[in-house]
Amino acid sequence: MSESTSPTELKNVLEVALLTSPAPLSLDDLLRLFAGRMERATLRMLLDELQQDWSSRTMELTQVASGYRFQARAEYADYLVRLNPERQARYSRAVMETLAIIAYRQPVTRGDIEAIRGVTVNPNVMRQLQERDWVDVVGQREVPGRPSLYATTKHFLDDFNLRSLAELPPMVDFVDSADAESV
Amino acid sequence: MIETPLNAKIKGEDFTELPKDLYIPPDALEVYLEAFEGPLDLLLYLIRKHNLDILDIPMVELTRQYMVYVEKMRAIKLELAGDYLLMSAMLIEIKSRMLLPKPSEIVEDDDPRAELVRRLMEYEAIKLVAQRLDEMPKVDDGIHVASAYYQHISQVKPPEVTLDDLTEAWRNVLKRASHFKHHKVGRAELSVREHMSSILRRLKQDKLLEFSQLFDVVNEGLSKLVVCFLAILELAREGLLRLTQQAAFYPIYVQIVCDE
Repeated sequence: MSESTSPTELKNVLEVALLTSPAPLSLDDLLRLFAGRMERATLRMLLDELQQDWSSRTMELTQVASGYRFQARAEYADYLVRLNPERQARYSRAVMETLAIIAYRQPVTRGDIEAIRGVTVNPNVMRQLQERDWVDVVGQREVPGRPSLYATTKHFLDDFNLRSLAELPPMVDFVDSADAESV
Repeated sequence: MIETPLNAKIKGEDFTELPKDLYIPPDALEVYLEAFEGPLDLLLYLIRKHNLDILDIPMVELTRQYMVYVEKMRAIKLELAGDYLLMSAMLIEIKSRMLLPKPSEIVEDDDPRAELVRRLMEYEAIKLVAQRLDEMPKVDDGIHVASAYYQHISQVKPPEVTLDDLTEAWRNVLKRASHFKHHKVGRAELSVREHMSSILRRLKQDKLLEFSQLFDVVNEGLSKLVVCFLAILELAREGLLRLTQQAAFYPIYVQIVCDE
């Protein structure tokens, strides 16, 4: 099979791969599409063009931690949720606060989490976060008992539409937050 | 909880009246208490409700309020976590240290409240980002990822069998046959075609057989085994069955070639 090298055709190949992939595709994944006959720089350029091509469409090409993916533009979310009216069960405050501590203070042990929240960590909370593949054990702290160190995963960044931890919302100072908070 | 007259001073000013919004209907109290994520959360709530200055916490007042809540928890027999009691002890300790006369040379950062304030501020910051994270759109909850259908066609080709593999397998059959050497008197039907049919019939039933399973080394004589082997070769040549092998020296499988 003779493979076309016209930019349009190359972009089509990227497009079809990204649209059909169940998970984000990394640059390395995308290079494999061209069996080694593509430069990284060219690939990046083509992805930029593809992003441009879709800029007026209903889907957008976004980059997240593990690579590129197509996703529906945010303005259509309200319509799309009507297809699946059963709302996603919300996580408890304990789960979200534990996730926040791991995300902002990683790597942390259970003890660190307990010190910040002032309550013991419910094993169920850690299990929920690990089952969702948002959090995993990255090592042990070299102290007695060798407690596990937890960190957030790439999948966490993907799910929250982030490329890196640096893109997390900034922490607000207590004093500033006094005005923002309305209990 | 508001029966005793207040005798608190906040930043040197008399504090005689509780803010109105402190009153919680007794029925709602249980719900309220369960909503707290722990002692720090409860303290933050009290500080916000009283509009207390986090950097200059009136310990007497805060401790009193906190104890009122903890007592309420006890009264309604709410599972009172040890964490709440631990915090009570900590608050009382800070309070008493503050009541002790200070030596004049004490420096500002020796404030016994410093550690508590640090923890409250850190917890509050985490609490707020946790709310932000919760509100952020997530995949399958606000973010819809493209998932066009694509029929994945596997590119795995059935492994090729070389003549050597087949010969090797045949030798094994012979070797095993030699263990069961015996003489059989009688007329043997040595028709290759007949064997071809019987092999096909067996394969129609079993779909997939290991090469050696086609040879009845226990009961058949050598000549019959040879005919059986020839029949397999013939069937393979005519494309009626497929021989596959995962890798060298792995078992060879015999399979009928289906029409579809």
